Amino acid sequence: MDHLVIVPVVLPLLAGAVMVLIGDRSRNLKAALGLLSVLLLLCVAVLLLYLADRPAGAGTPMLRAYLLGDWPSPFGIVLVADRLAALMLVLTSLLALAVLVFSLARWHRKGSHFHPLLQFQLMGLNGAFLTGDLFNLFVFFEVMLAASYGLVLHGSGILRVRAGLHYVAVNLTASLVFLIGVSLIYGVAGTLNMADLATRVPNITGQDRALLEAGAAILGIAFLIKAAMWPLGFWLPTTYAAASTPAAALLSILSKVGICAVLRLWLLLFGTEAGDAAGFGSTWLLTGGLLTIAFGSIAVLATQDMARLAGASVLVSSGTLLAAIGLGQVSVTGGALFYLASSVLAIGAFFLLIELVERGREVGADVLAVTREAFGEEEGLEEEEVGVAIPATMAILGMSFMGCALLLAGLPPLSGFLAKFAMLAPLLAPAPGGTGAVPGTTWALLAALILSGLATVIAMLRAGINVFWAPTDSVVPRVRLIEIAPVILLLLLCIGLTVGAGPAMNYMRATAQSLHVPQDYVRDVLSAPRAGGGGG
Amino acid sequence: MELILALGIGIFAGSGVWLLLRPRTFQVIIGLSLLSYAVNLFIFAMGRLRLGAAPILGPGGTGDPGQFADPVPQALVLTAIVISFATTALFLVVLLAARGLTGTDHVDGRERDS
Repeated sequence: MDHLVIVPVVLPLLAGAVMVLIGDRSRNLKAALGLLSVLLLLCVAVLLLYLADRPAGAGTPMLRAYLLGDWPSPFGIVLVADRLAALMLVLTSLLALAVLVFSLARWHRKGSHFHPLLQFQLMGLNGAFLTGDLFNLFVFFEVMLAASYGLVLHGSGILRVRAGLHYVAVNLTASLVFLIGVSLIYGVAGTLNMADLATRVPNITGQDRALLEAGAAILGIAFLIKAAMWPLGFWLPTTYAAASTPAAALLSILSKVGICAVLRLWLLLFGTEAGDAAGFGSTWLLTGGLLTIAFGSIAVLATQDMARLAGASVLVSSGTLLAAIGLGQVSVTGGALFYLASSVLAIGAFFLLIELVERGREVGADVLAVTREAFGEEEGLEEEEVGVAIPATMAILGMSFMGCALLLAGLPPLSGFLAKFAMLAPLLAPAPGGTGAVPGTTWALLAALILSGLATVIAMLRAGINVFWAPTDSVVPRVRLIEIAPVILLLLLCIGLTVGAGPAMNYMRATAQSLHVPQDYVRDVLSAPRAGGGGG
Repeated sequence: MELILALGIGIFAGSGVWLLLRPRTFQVIIGLSLLSYAVNLFIFAMGRLRLGAAPILGPGGTGDPGQFADPVPQALVLTAIVISFATTALFLVVLLAARGLTGTDHVDGRERDS
């Protein structure tokens, strides 16, 4: 049995624990440790991605299942590294690398324990992507959330504490809802293992099925609160705008955890094999997704503040993903996964970029720039940190901003456009043997995607003009190389995703295929070999 | 007994939700605690109510599954209690910080103008 699968959970845990022991004595040591841990994580994640994508030969399982404590599969907790998990691990570690490097410029000095919190956050995220057990998913959610509470409050200040209070209260309630859902499902099905659950769902009938669906719906609410589906997502823009820049960038992947959980569980439990229960909730996902896109687009247009603009675009991307998943077609899900990868990187880059751009603006230039209040008290520290300023700052910032705008709005030539195209093209293609008529929901999604893109373009143009062209007496912001490098790295990755769209899209299609037809997943998880030779 | 348990869960959950929606942070934290009691009892009830049965099998055999209580929900409850206790403590810290910084115990950090 190879232990590669558990490394993404254990490595940040160990790194974080050592950092707590180091305490505040040596910040450089902690930073070095953090960088080492994140780089190793990235290597492991890429390796897992490579292994997950390897064509399955005879006798080798499609995915890697890791039995914790070597308990046989449906009874113990199992970690599963399949394509979706590997993809999310890679995205998480890339984002974490960018965030960590960015924070080294100044943010990690703004409060205590930034480095260990980041590591625990990574542990929770990785665990939530990897786990194949419902209750274990809850535990990793809590690890992730507990660390995110610390990160949201990092840097302190009234605004952060005020937004943090709401964030913590909303998420604690969501966790309790999660527990109700999990225990209802356990009460009906008698198992917590996702693969085992998938085999039992078709046999649950009558009143029990109603209870199971109620449990799944309650569980879904907990996930959708994380994914910020309308009307459950009002906490998101405020929290993200108030959080410190690196924390906000890292938090932007938290909403994707909810979406991944919905994607995996919904297709496992209520996929085509689920008998009478098949397709339960798809209308809700689709409608909720469309409403989220609408709400997000209005929020994008209405906001005057760049950080809130980024928060609103998180809402738009959540809505897009949920609506695309809700359609329940393999090819659309493939496009949605491509969109997910592109939007995680783009939104992360945008969050990081905002601070650099806003640094050049006059204090109070923005009437509604509430974040200024929080940054105001840090002005003194900023002055003394000259650092190595990079040349042609405005040009680089402007190009990066344009890249973010193109990616978020989904305009050619970058990956945002390809992602939207990959979602919409299969919808409009006539189904084989069908009448060729396109259903109304498709038109709704099409309109929503295009209109949300338009709204994003308008909002980004307005913000860009305000920042780069309108001010006559603005100072050129002093940007250090290690602050702009992560932004450029993330944008380059998006460009890489554009250039390598063929192989990337093939991977996403294979991922979507294995999610929609989970028999291989179920079989491989349930027949995972034990290390002790017990034979399962 | 089912009735008493159901009523207990209902009363806890109802009071919890009501308190959660109140404007004072202290009410919110008590509401969260009550809600978590309700949820813990609910998880426990999902393993079916059984009196006087041990959650482990007898030595040496598989035993009769009808004779023992389901141990999984008990383990889940333990985990849930620990986690909700820890996060509630964390919420308490945030609550105190908010009280100190804003000078009010209103959840929005400012009193409503009325």
